[in-house]
Amino acid sequence: MTEPASPRRLGLTPSQTVGPFLAIALPWDDGEWVVPEGTPGAVRISGRLFDGAEAVIPDGIVETWQADAEGRFVHPDDPRGTTDPTPAGFRGFGRSATDEEGRWSVFTVVPGRLPTPDGATEAPHLDVSVFARGLLDRVVTRIYFPDDPANDTDPVLSRIDPARRATLVATTVDGGLGFDVHLQGEHETVFFDL
Amino acid sequence: MTDQPSEPALRLPAYRREAGVHPALNSPEYRSTGLRSPQQPPVVLPHLLTEVTGPLFGHDRVAQHDDDLTRQYPGEPIGQRITVTGRVLDGDGRPIPDALVEVWQANASGRYRHIVDQWPGPLDPNFGGCGRVVTDSNGNYTFTTIKPGAYPWGNHPNAWRPAHIHFSLFGRAFTQRLITQMYFPGDPLFPLDPIMNSVRDEKARLRMVSTYDHELTRENWSLGFRWDIVLRGRDATPFEDEADDD
Repeated sequence: MTEPASPRRLGLTPSQTVGPFLAIALPWDDGEWVVPEGTPGAVRISGRLFDGAEAVIPDGIVETWQADAEGRFVHPDDPRGTTDPTPAGFRGFGRSATDEEGRWSVFTVVPGRLPTPDGATEAPHLDVSVFARGLLDRVVTRIYFPDDPANDTDPVLSRIDPARRATLVATTVDGGLGFDVHLQGEHETVFFDL
Repeated sequence: MTDQPSEPALRLPAYRREAGVHPALNSPEYRSTGLRSPQQPPVVLPHLLTEVTGPLFGHDRVAQHDDDLTRQYPGEPIGQRITVTGRVLDGDGRPIPDALVEVWQANASGRYRHIVDQWPGPLDPNFGGCGRVVTDSNGNYTFTTIKPGAYPWGNHPNAWRPAHIHFSLFGRAFTQRLITQMYFPGDPLFPLDPIMNSVRDEKARLRMVSTYDHELTRENWSLGFRWDIVLRGRDATPFEDEADDD
């Protein structure tokens, strides 16, 4: 087979909800381990998922994606990419279904800063997808790290309404970092149009 | 070698933003969206390094019989044996090779093997309802299963979901991640289903419906259904234009 000379434009397949029964298929035994257990310097990021009535959502799933500790991706579209991520065993991807208390958790390292095509620098961050019954499409947000001076000049975070910016920054909690996601309401998390 | 080592200019692909395909998160006919849909307008996220990359899962995530949901238990499940096959493409028709596809579904009676699903359709001791496959070098995937049944749910009086299989796709970039549902042709429940009809555009909605393919049907064995999945395509970049000049 050969590639068509001029690719034809195809209509996208629409999104549908994961429904209430994602737990039979999507959780992985190693889902939360973005880096192996015991990795020096790694941090647990954990939080809860809430609806607009401040009730916890026990049938959702949170996925994270991030650069390695040096700010590189194991991916052909990262022109500075790597085949040997830091630390060893780094996967970049995390997946955690929420439990009965709406809690999810991943174990990872703080990613490095990232360059942008126009010469800016992105502060360390994770991209996050949230899926749940009642969400017809994923919602996308970002987790930034507390007290990182690069946050002030991050090209995404610095353009968010200051009153809502804190919803994108993890907080220091016992045992690591906390990041709650509020799908709706007074504390609604900032979500992105990707 | 240059005597001024510097990073090469960072050039990243950009994925097209296409409105009017995906459902609105606030779709009142599907009641559970009421408290779970954000009320604030989303903020446009530029496509930077984290967005244009993504996890590249392949065969390391797939075990024996993950592609055959009829062979995961000691006996065969009850139901109509089917083969589902198709291609995973991007919006420009390029196949997405070596990409993980996760599927899950109800059994032939319309019951999920999940603690919360307690309606009186029988469980099948020989059916779990989960599978994983990896696309080949041309983006093709195939798995064998049984046709799921319709099932009742509490959204409105006498509500039934049309038979469907859930699909989870990673593509090659965070921008391409998609979870959706595949439906079966000719289902009389289509016009009654608020989840399917949350996709307002009819052409887009019909892209979620598989087609019966007699070429795939195996004599004395199984029915064949074909379903192609299209993930987001890229805007042309100067780099790609140059590459196309040869």
